[in-house]
Amino acid sequence: MVDDYHAFPDAQGRFGAYGGTFVAETLIAPLEALTATYLRLRNDPSFQQEFADDLKHYVGRPSPIYHAKHLSERIGGAQILLKREDLNHTGAHKINNTIGQALVARAMGKQRIIAETGAGQHGVATATVCARFGMKCVVYMGAVDIERQKINVYRMKLLGAEVVPVTSGSQTLKDALNEALRDWVTNVADTFYIIGTVAGPHPYPMMVRDFNAVVGREARAQMLEQFGRLPDVLTACVGGGSNAIGLFHAFLNDRDVRIIGAEAAGEGIASGHHAASLSAGRPGVLHGNRTYVLCDDDGQITETHSVSAGLDYPGVGPEHAFLKDSGRAEYVGVTDDEALAAFHLLCETEGILAALESSHAVAQAIKLARGLPKDKLILCNISGRGDKDVHTIAKREHIEL
Amino acid sequence: MSNRIDARFHALRAHNRAALIPFITAGDPIPGATVALMHALVDGGADVIELGVPFSDPMADGPVIQHANERALRNKVGIADILRWVREFRERDTGTPIILMGYLNPIEIHGIERFAREAVDAGVDGVLVVDCPIEEDATLRPLREAGLQRILLTAPTTSDARLARAIEAAEGYLYYVSFAGITGAAKLSAQGIAQRVGDLRDRATVPVAVGFGIKDAASAKAVAAFADAVVIGSALVATLANAGDEEDACARARGFLAPIRAALHGSKNDV
Repeated sequence: MVDDYHAFPDAQGRFGAYGGTFVAETLIAPLEALTATYLRLRNDPSFQQEFADDLKHYVGRPSPIYHAKHLSERIGGAQILLKREDLNHTGAHKINNTIGQALVARAMGKQRIIAETGAGQHGVATATVCARFGMKCVVYMGAVDIERQKINVYRMKLLGAEVVPVTSGSQTLKDALNEALRDWVTNVADTFYIIGTVAGPHPYPMMVRDFNAVVGREARAQMLEQFGRLPDVLTACVGGGSNAIGLFHAFLNDRDVRIIGAEAAGEGIASGHHAASLSAGRPGVLHGNRTYVLCDDDGQITETHSVSAGLDYPGVGPEHAFLKDSGRAEYVGVTDDEALAAFHLLCETEGILAALESSHAVAQAIKLARGLPKDKLILCNISGRGDKDVHTIAKREHIEL
Repeated sequence: MSNRIDARFHALRAHNRAALIPFITAGDPIPGATVALMHALVDGGADVIELGVPFSDPMADGPVIQHANERALRNKVGIADILRWVREFRERDTGTPIILMGYLNPIEIHGIERFAREAVDAGVDGVLVVDCPIEEDATLRPLREAGLQRILLTAPTTSDARLARAIEAAEGYLYYVSFAGITGAAKLSAQGIAQRVGDLRDRATVPVAVGFGIKDAASAKAVAAFADAVVIGSALVATLANAGDEEDACARARGFLAPIRAALHGSKNDV
């Protein structure tokens, strides 16, 4: 039994059995320096004030909670509420974290920023803050992802970033992360690595969570103000898990709030073509932390599949692994087809184009709503907008644009 | 013999020569050739062999060793194969220390206790886990308990406090990473690291090996002047990469190592 879910990670970066610092020796010193700087800034009111000001005036926070009445009526069950992270500047929650980390980078005097990206949302959010702070920006992106996310690649270039195609391994997000780590170990003196999710070595899972936790803090206050109570259920999609932990964290000690993460089940978990690390993986070590990973019996990381590039990752943030094992959160698989159906339904009933990633959370909210009475409240995180995905969706549905 | 690594370094001290430690990825370039290749390395002058355990996500490695990993994995080379090859190697060579070098996940998934037991049984002497720093030492305790020596890395970025911990915990030899970067990069400055390696040797109770960026006789000789051992990986792996068959691979290995070994002759006479 966990008394206080806000007490994690410990000083070694561990969330129960998960997390930690599993990196090559050269990276230990920069990680220690980053941890020391971040822990200082975390308690520095002027840093927190600047971060809050940027979130308000640059990102456009707070993002609203919107009651999706038409969708809820169509389903005929519980009420579905949407936390609108898609309305943030750059169109996703990712900017919360990149603003925070760019401020940390500036405090450390680093002028060169590197990042990995899958769907391109984190790459765009990183390129955005680098443009604003006048920092050099290099984004590593799998060659396969570059092909399926051309618009975001161009956006990054417009913002002045160099996008480096990664052709090793499966040429997706995990390989982009490997390549970014290789860059960092090589250019450790002048480079700051802005990791885009709550994975990686300590302190990243903690720091990225802290910067995204504004989502849940806002949502908790908005629920009390707009609805006079907390939601019955939270849902969010989980790839690496940054939008999910951002929403969940403020509610972790509210034991009556049920928490459900929607993983990418791709073509179905039984098909083997999925990216559901928590539902179908096992504890292992990847990208600097111990967590659930998708790997074969030789410990080789397996290639993943999801219609959404942002969920196409064979690991997951260690805090989610901890929340799963402790029973505080549940993680379920949502297939490509279910996500697509939810995408269309939300679009038709509410006029909101959710990202394919977020559509997994919508699909889960819809499933739950069907089985719950009308007075129950489900809060679903719309982590990003779907404009970037229209080509993928059209192609999948055999429509020429 | 209870401890081949210590015995080997002890013998080398009598010869005033730095140890030559080649690295190859197990199962690369031809899975069936690994045992013959290990013998060829010894014929070419290897004192210790580092055998890479392939991993799908070798985040500390440059392109040469990444590709070696990919080639080996295309042939489904796993820990069971590697331990079988070590056992076969030991049928003819009971003296050359073998270090398995790799990443944590394959070992964890195999089961650390099981891996430790089987590795000792096969004739492995030490293990170097690239992504398991001293802070996560508890993870690898079963390796030490089974009698495997834990080879630790130190780097230019390693703080004094951590260096002290590494020196305290070191077994076999301390592996000094010559520059901040990935394997196979061209950043080595022998002069630039001589002082630091010298300090490390003064403080450590085990020999100090230097790796990363050593690619030929000249760079090996330069480093051997102040180190107890030189590790050569990427340059060797690149030489073997497109070998046509086992015989070709072995000839390349011997041909690559022989001039390097010759350059190390008497390398410690001045020390």
